[in-house]
Amino acid sequence: MTDHVEPASHPAPDPSDAHGSVYDGLLGGDPSHWAFGTDFEDPLAGVDTTIPEGVDARDLATYCLMLADDALIASQRLSQWTSRAPDLEEDIALANIALDLLGQARLLLARAAAADPTLVPALPEGSPVPPEDALAFFRESGEFRNVRLVETDNGDFAVTIVKLLVLATARLALLERLASSSDHVLAAVAAKGVKELTYHRDYAGRWFLTLARGTEESRRRLEAALAVVWPLQAELFATHEVERRVAAAGVGVDPATTADDVAVVLAQVFAVSGVEQPTQAALAGVQGRQGRDGLHTEALSLLLAEMQVVARAHPMGRW
Amino acid sequence: MTATDTAGTDPLQAGFDATIGHGDRIEPRDWMPEGYRRTLVRQVAQHAHSEIIGMQPEGSWIGRAPSLRRKAILLAKVQDEAGHGLYLYSACETLGVSRGELTEKLISGAQKYSSIFNYPTLTYADVGTIGWLVDGAAICNQVPLCRTSFGPYGRAMIRICKEESFHQRQGYELLMTMMRGTDEQRAMVQESVNRFWWPALMMFGPPDDESPNSAQSMAWGIKRNSNDDLRQRFVDMSVPQAQALGVTFPDPELRWNPERGHHDFGQPDWDEFMQVVKGNGPCNTQRIAHRRKAHEDGAWVREAATAYAAKQAAMATAGGAA
Repeated sequence: MTDHVEPASHPAPDPSDAHGSVYDGLLGGDPSHWAFGTDFEDPLAGVDTTIPEGVDARDLATYCLMLADDALIASQRLSQWTSRAPDLEEDIALANIALDLLGQARLLLARAAAADPTLVPALPEGSPVPPEDALAFFRESGEFRNVRLVETDNGDFAVTIVKLLVLATARLALLERLASSSDHVLAAVAAKGVKELTYHRDYAGRWFLTLARGTEESRRRLEAALAVVWPLQAELFATHEVERRVAAAGVGVDPATTADDVAVVLAQVFAVSGVEQPTQAALAGVQGRQGRDGLHTEALSLLLAEMQVVARAHPMGRW
Repeated sequence: MTATDTAGTDPLQAGFDATIGHGDRIEPRDWMPEGYRRTLVRQVAQHAHSEIIGMQPEGSWIGRAPSLRRKAILLAKVQDEAGHGLYLYSACETLGVSRGELTEKLISGAQKYSSIFNYPTLTYADVGTIGWLVDGAAICNQVPLCRTSFGPYGRAMIRICKEESFHQRQGYELLMTMMRGTDEQRAMVQESVNRFWWPALMMFGPPDDESPNSAQSMAWGIKRNSNDDLRQRFVDMSVPQAQALGVTFPDPELRWNPERGHHDFGQPDWDEFMQVVKGNGPCNTQRIAHRRKAHEDGAWVREAATAYAAKQAAMATAGGAA
């Protein structure tokens, strides 16, 4: 099979004739036992993938990257809680949310690659790395289009909850509108994502209330977390040129149009929790550039260094 | 048939003995000898702790998974382990010990977990090898426990074994895929198998003649097969799988013995095993420190949830009285 692995030195009987009982379950093909997003099928099978008229393919692809990168980087951060959460139930819940966002990211990266293959980093001739992985693992930090909110450190559980509340509320409002996109793929991804994000928002909202009304310590930490996170939320509602164009084409959503609805939801959470509306100013960009332009915090390249290290060491690898 | 000496004089003991004798299940509200309860708590807690500590060696690769599909698989797998820990702590709670007490015993070192998790994961191939060999060995140990005499434990094990078998398949499939990749990937798989083969064999515990708790546990129906029997079964199953994969095991004594109808194989380094069990393994300190930090860092969150629930309950009571 290979030229450097020794041939098996110990002959054995036919594996099918005995001792197989314990492994019977391994031979079945019941896909319901597999985690979401772990199947071998084309995730966009059955969906019309033609690019709608009136939208520039590169704009569509770039827009998909923005939506994908928010989900991918948020997922990477949330998965860092695994084995570290305050209780087993929270470990499982945060992993669920990370899995949902990862699933959304994969579909959106695949859509970006299909809409404009020139955005996919070039790999050596014959590389088996699929486009979603080329985009996730072989882009530089300046090519990531996520908002800075999702890339910053998890902080304590309060920071994570406040970040998740802001992200899930904003993304839910966006995907609710995106479900009527003239792009069938985006519409399908959005419709699926709405159900997931409704749970994410509910989870974060319940914990926000619990921390606000729990102990003095939890309230102190929650208020400190709000002060850390609030400067990062405005970027979610700042309209990038690409977003403006895809919205005009009926393919995307201008995030500024969701700002009022999101503010109402958050104000309600604050009111129920007895927490004052934060007033911290928005985090400035650099020469007007922010996350959507590829201008990030120092945290992103460190996050990517971890995320990309194995994939980059094996550009011809099969996984 | 039991090792207790009060059988026949005490009707409770006699009823218990009869249940065990018929191969029926003991349920939480049934009378049980104190030694049986204590042994079960020890075994189920150790199993639960193994699931929770077992999240760490693989969990450390979630952030570095080399494809998004593998990231999803690994994240879901480690999440399943947290779920297994939850079922098993719940089974233990039916014996009158809380999850909080058990966690304290884990991080104080009073209770053990499977020594395999005190070995480091050094490459992404280890994720596959742990699925194939470590989960495979765990399944060999655990499938007989689906018939164990204590009902909640047996029922938890049925669900756990189903999920473990998928983890094993996923691990083996990862290694298969890597073997179809580059020379570097094939070498990575072989190196990983070389490192995990002996620790996987150690997972069945010491040889039968040196296993202090086995006889009583077998008599009580808590344990169903001897360590050496299960180890033999695992070796016999794994050899053809290694051949299909294209890797070898690092054991010069490993060969088919047609007279026995089994493979002969060498012994793991039991001195190393004892060192790891005693706490001197490569990762013992790290694993417990990680778990302790998560537990302590999360204390204020658990306290907040308890305080909030108490306030809600008080309000509900006040509202109900009004």
